Amino acid sequence: MLHIVACIKQVPDTKIIKMNPKTNTMDRRTAPAILNPYDAHAVEEAVRLRERYGGKVSVVTMGPPPAVKAIKKCIEIGADEGYLITDRRFAGADTLATSYAVTKAIEKISKDNPVDLIICGKMTIDGDTGQVGPGIARRLDIPPLTSVNKVVEVNQPEGTMVVHRKLEDGYEVVQSTLPCLLSVEKTINEVPYAPFPNMLKAARYKSHVWSVDDLDDVDIKQLGLKGSPTIVSKVWAPPKPQGGEMLEGNPQQQVEQLLSVLLGKKELFQSKEGV
Amino acid sequence: MDFKDYKGVWVFIEEKDGEIPSVSLELLGAGRKLADKRGTELAGILIGHNVKKLTTPIFEYGADKVYLYDQPIFENYRTESFMKALLECSNKYKPEIILFGATSTGKDLASAVATDLPTGLTADTTELDVEEETGLLLASRPAFGGNIMATILCKKYRPQMATVRAKVMKALEREPGRTGELIEETIDLNESDIRTKVLEIVRETTKKVRIDEADIIVAGGKGLGSAEGFQLVRHLADTLGAAVGASRDVVEAGWIEHPHQVGQTGVTVTPKIYIAIGISGAIQHIVGMKNSGIIIAINKDPEAPIFDSCHYGIVADAFEIVPILIQQFKAALNREEVSHVREV
Repeated sequence: MLHIVACIKQVPDTKIIKMNPKTNTMDRRTAPAILNPYDAHAVEEAVRLRERYGGKVSVVTMGPPPAVKAIKKCIEIGADEGYLITDRRFAGADTLATSYAVTKAIEKISKDNPVDLIICGKMTIDGDTGQVGPGIARRLDIPPLTSVNKVVEVNQPEGTMVVHRKLEDGYEVVQSTLPCLLSVEKTINEVPYAPFPNMLKAARYKSHVWSVDDLDDVDIKQLGLKGSPTIVSKVWAPPKPQGGEMLEGNPQQQVEQLLSVLLGKKELFQSKEGV
Repeated sequence: MDFKDYKGVWVFIEEKDGEIPSVSLELLGAGRKLADKRGTELAGILIGHNVKKLTTPIFEYGADKVYLYDQPIFENYRTESFMKALLECSNKYKPEIILFGATSTGKDLASAVATDLPTGLTADTTELDVEEETGLLLASRPAFGGNIMATILCKKYRPQMATVRAKVMKALEREPGRTGELIEETIDLNESDIRTKVLEIVRETTKKVRIDEADIIVAGGKGLGSAEGFQLVRHLADTLGAAVGASRDVVEAGWIEHPHQVGQTGVTVTPKIYIAIGISGAIQHIVGMKNSGIIIAINKDPEAPIFDSCHYGIVADAFEIVPILIQQFKAALNREEVSHVREV
C-alpha cells in the first residue's frame, strides 16, 4: 500500500492572460484560474500507481481559499484526499519559502499516514521555475528525481523504485530508495476525461483547509515574503520590437523580393544536398 | 553573514560525452562580464570523473580559476553527489555569484543547492547585470508566460544564484593557451552515502531532432489550418535544407512532436534564417526565436503581432506564396549551379 502525495498549484491561465499596458501588471480578471497543467500529469501518475500497487493519493496545495477548486479537479482525476494550506502569512512566497510551507504540510499529512512517494509537475506555468519540487525533497532529506518520464516499478518491500529520467538525447534508468520525490514530464502519461463517478465525488468533496496554526513546528520567519530571499525589484514589458520591412506587391513580386533576401545568404544553401 | 567574505563569480560547468556543452561556455562569457565589472575573478567549477582535460577550454573561454572534483563517484550526474561537492566548495571558498545553465541538470542541481545553503535562486534568466559597488546581481527573466520581464534580486543572502537560458548569452572567442589557477578538491563521499543509482543510460538511436542547432528553420503555426496544411512547411524546409519548427498550438494539436516546438515551453533557437508561416506571434513564441539572424514572417492577417518581430513581412496566403517560392528557389539554385560549373 503506497501513500502518494501530489503537490499541485492553482495558476492563472497565462496563455490567455492580458496585460494592462499602462501599469504593466496582469489583468487577473482576464485569466481564469486553472489547475497547473503540468500538475494534472503528476496527479494522474499518482492515481495510476495507486491502481497498480494499492494505497492512497493525497494532494496538497498552498494558495488562496478559491484554490480548493484546483483540488476538486484533482479529485476528478482520481485523488482520494486534498489539503489546502491557506493563510495571509504564506503570501508573497518565492520558491524557497514555498517549499518550506509545503514541506510542513506534507510532514503533517505524513503523521497519521507515512508518505512513500511525492510527485510534482515539472513546473508551473505562472512561475516557470521547477524549483519547488527539488526544494521539498531537500527539506525532507529524500532524493529528488527530476525530468521523470516513466515509472518502471515501485518495490515497496525492498524500499526502492526505478524510473526513467529524460536526457537531451535519450533517458537514464535510475534506482532510488523510498521515499523519494519525482518531478514528472508532461509526456509521462495522458490525462483522460474524468469518469462520471469521480466528477460526482469531486462536486461533493470538501478539502481539508489548514492555516499556519494547524501546522507543527513552523518557523514563521521562513514563511511568505519574509522567508523569501528573492524579491522582484522591477517589472517591465519586453521592449516592443520595431517591426520589419513589408514586402508588398502581388504574390509573384513578393516571392521575388523574398528570394533575393534568401539568396543574400547563399552560403547557407550551397553545401546542402538534395536541393 | 558578512558579505565581504564572498568574492568571485562562479559558473557550474556541465560535461557531456567528454565535452563542455555550449551553454556552459556562454555562461563563462556572461560571467566574465560580471566579474570584470565587479573587479573580481571568474571561476569554473567542474565535477566529474576523468574530466581534468576539460579544464583547458574552461580557461581558454575566460575563467581565471577552475575548481575541480575528479572522482569515480561523479561518473554520472546525480543530484545528491554533485550537490554535496558544490555545497562543500561553496562553503569553503564563498563565491558571490553562482551561475548554472537552465538545463535539466543545471536546474536540478541549482534547486537542491539553493535550498540547502539556503539562498535565493532565479530561474531561466535571460539578462544578467551586477551592481559595481554592492555586487548585487540583477537577474532578469520573462515572467507569466513571457508577458512581462521581471528583475529579481537577492539582497540578504550570499552566494546569489541563477539559472540562465541557453543560446541567450554569448561565449567569448576561444583564446588558445590562456590559462589560470587549477584548484583540485576531493570530497570524502562513499557510494553508500548516495541514495540513487544510475542503472543504465539509453541514447535514443533514432536521429534526434535538434532544431536549436539548425542554420535555417521553417516554422508553421495554426494559420496552416490542418495537419495536411502543415505539410507546406515541411516541403519548404526540404527545399531549403532547413529544420522544421512549430508553435505551441500546432504541437498541442498533434501536427508535429514537441521537440519541434519553438518558444517559452519549447526550444530557444537562433538560426541564421527563421521563416514563420501562419504563426500569429504570441509572446511565448517570440521569446524563443527573436535572436535569429533574419526573421521572415508570412501571414494572412496584416494585424498579426509576428509582423512586429520580423525583419521581412509578407501579408499573403501561404498556400499561394510558398509553392511559388519553392519552385523559384529551386530554379534560382539551379542557375547558380550551372554558372558555377561554367566558371570551372
